[in-house]
Amino acid sequence: MADITASALPAAAAKPAPRPKRRVPPVVWLGLAWLVLIIAVALAADWIQPYRFTAYDLRNRLSPPFHPLHWLGTDELGRDVLSRLIVSVRISLLVAFGATIISAVLGTVMGFLAAHFRGWVEQIVLMLADFQAAMPFLILALSVLAFFGNGLTLFICLMGLYGWERYARIARGLAISAGAQGYAGAVRQIGASPSRVYLRHILPNIASTLIVSMTLTFPEVILLESGLSFLGLGVQPPMTSLGNMVGYGREYLTRAPWIMLAPAATIVMTTLAVSLVGDWLRDKLDPTLR
Amino acid sequence: MLRFLLIRFGRAALTVALVVTFAFIVLRLSGDPALIIMSVDAPPEAIAAFRKAWGLDDPIWLQYLHYFTAIGQGELGQSMRDGRPALQLVLERIPATLALTLPALAMKLGIGIPAGIYAALHRDSLIDRAVMVTAVAGFTVPSFVLGLVLVLVFSVQLGWLPSGGQESWRHAILPVLTLGIGGAAVLARFTRSAMLEVLGQPYIRTASAKGVPWARVVRGHALPNAAIPTVTIVGFMVGSLIAGAVVVESVFSWPGVGRLLVVAVANRDLAVVQCILLLVAVTMVSSNLIVDLLYGVMDPRLRSGAKAGAH
Repeated sequence: MADITASALPAAAAKPAPRPKRRVPPVVWLGLAWLVLIIAVALAADWIQPYRFTAYDLRNRLSPPFHPLHWLGTDELGRDVLSRLIVSVRISLLVAFGATIISAVLGTVMGFLAAHFRGWVEQIVLMLADFQAAMPFLILALSVLAFFGNGLTLFICLMGLYGWERYARIARGLAISAGAQGYAGAVRQIGASPSRVYLRHILPNIASTLIVSMTLTFPEVILLESGLSFLGLGVQPPMTSLGNMVGYGREYLTRAPWIMLAPAATIVMTTLAVSLVGDWLRDKLDPTLR
Repeated sequence: MLRFLLIRFGRAALTVALVVTFAFIVLRLSGDPALIIMSVDAPPEAIAAFRKAWGLDDPIWLQYLHYFTAIGQGELGQSMRDGRPALQLVLERIPATLALTLPALAMKLGIGIPAGIYAALHRDSLIDRAVMVTAVAGFTVPSFVLGLVLVLVFSVQLGWLPSGGQESWRHAILPVLTLGIGGAAVLARFTRSAMLEVLGQPYIRTASAKGVPWARVVRGHALPNAAIPTVTIVGFMVGSLIAGAVVVESVFSWPGVGRLLVVAVANRDLAVVQCILLLVAVTMVSSNLIVDLLYGVMDPRLRSGAKAGAH
């Protein structure tokens, strides 16, 4: 009985344990290393791609990986899979970063507006947030996308609507409680404008929580973008993205699985890396969120 | 309690109305359906006739009003492609989708919840670690990758199962697995953390300190309290029974609602897209409503009605 209770009540018992070890765990290092690598690849895409990602090599069509000219093989038009992968990483990261930032800014502004004005402004923001949370985003995005056509800018903006309601709720809650604290009141009494109070004083105090939410949204945006592109409704050819490559490689699943496996592995590794780093950051930065 | 119910119903209706408005605005203002449906070189008279037939020349607010009244009468328009009622087209596809999502839901519940509870009760054991690793994998591997890898292994390499289509129950195995594995992992992770949260509460310590057998503490105190947050996510899963298989249906060429949606979006078939959007909204909103009502049943603190607005 005693040992069962001890093992089943770890929440209280194990709490002091993580405190002393302050070192970064090896998996987080691996995650960080992967993220650095992938961002470097995205930034240097133009210089490090061995061929133009649209260039044909008709003599070497569907050649398997470890080919002397094409390390990751080629697709059925003889396009170099490695080059396409490098460009895809750039586009997918661009969409994911762009969308995450838009979503964070939009959500935070909405949350601050709700916290500042209260009353009916707050009600509208909360209603929109409820609406956003209640509908599956994939369905909303699908209907918007196909009917607005498919520019990259528009696509990023649309993805930027994903998850704004979480930032809005967090920012509203934190801003309301911060507004009641001494420091915000003090600055206000000196005569600071509301925007100064919110941006210079409240925002830095709640930034860590918002950054943690961004690490949660980021992998989801990558998955969403790749899902839409996989369906042929996201990033459009001749441009390429990770999901696009998987969707395209699916046609050659039996003859040339490497076309699909390389981008698929990249998606999984990247979302995994962001999740690992995000979880660690959350433990580090945000004692309230567990 | 009545007030609580009324507020809930009001909000549900409002959400549906918002979805309808959203659909209408996006779909109507984004392009000219007449030019999309007819070919570019269609004669102007034909285009004019098409516009008139679909009411596209009316002012936008009139079209909006017509749309709302039509929905009130259960009239959701015709597919612009083949002229059949959109609602009928969508309803025809629902059984096929449910044939995937219902077994997948059973799999999620049957594996996810027990695994989560077990992992929480045996924290840091080998099984707990395994559950957590699987849960993270379930979150990071997108369904189309999982589906394609399953096809690669079980259809291409081993030749055990068909890779797509809907001829027999064997065709459903891979799509159900794809949907179920990911969902079970998410649910296991969620249940585990809900359970751990509850197990850390003082009333659990009190109960075991006064000598209640551990099995009874778990059954009588821990499980009912951990069920409350878990019900929320299960409600979300029930709500996505219809819309939750869009990608998986496409991977396995399964003729369900999701496949219809993708095709309709690609063809810009306004009526069908609106119809699916509305159907999804209604399913989602009603399952949220049921979850809210279940809260009232499960959590006596909410039953008093004093804190009707609290989540």
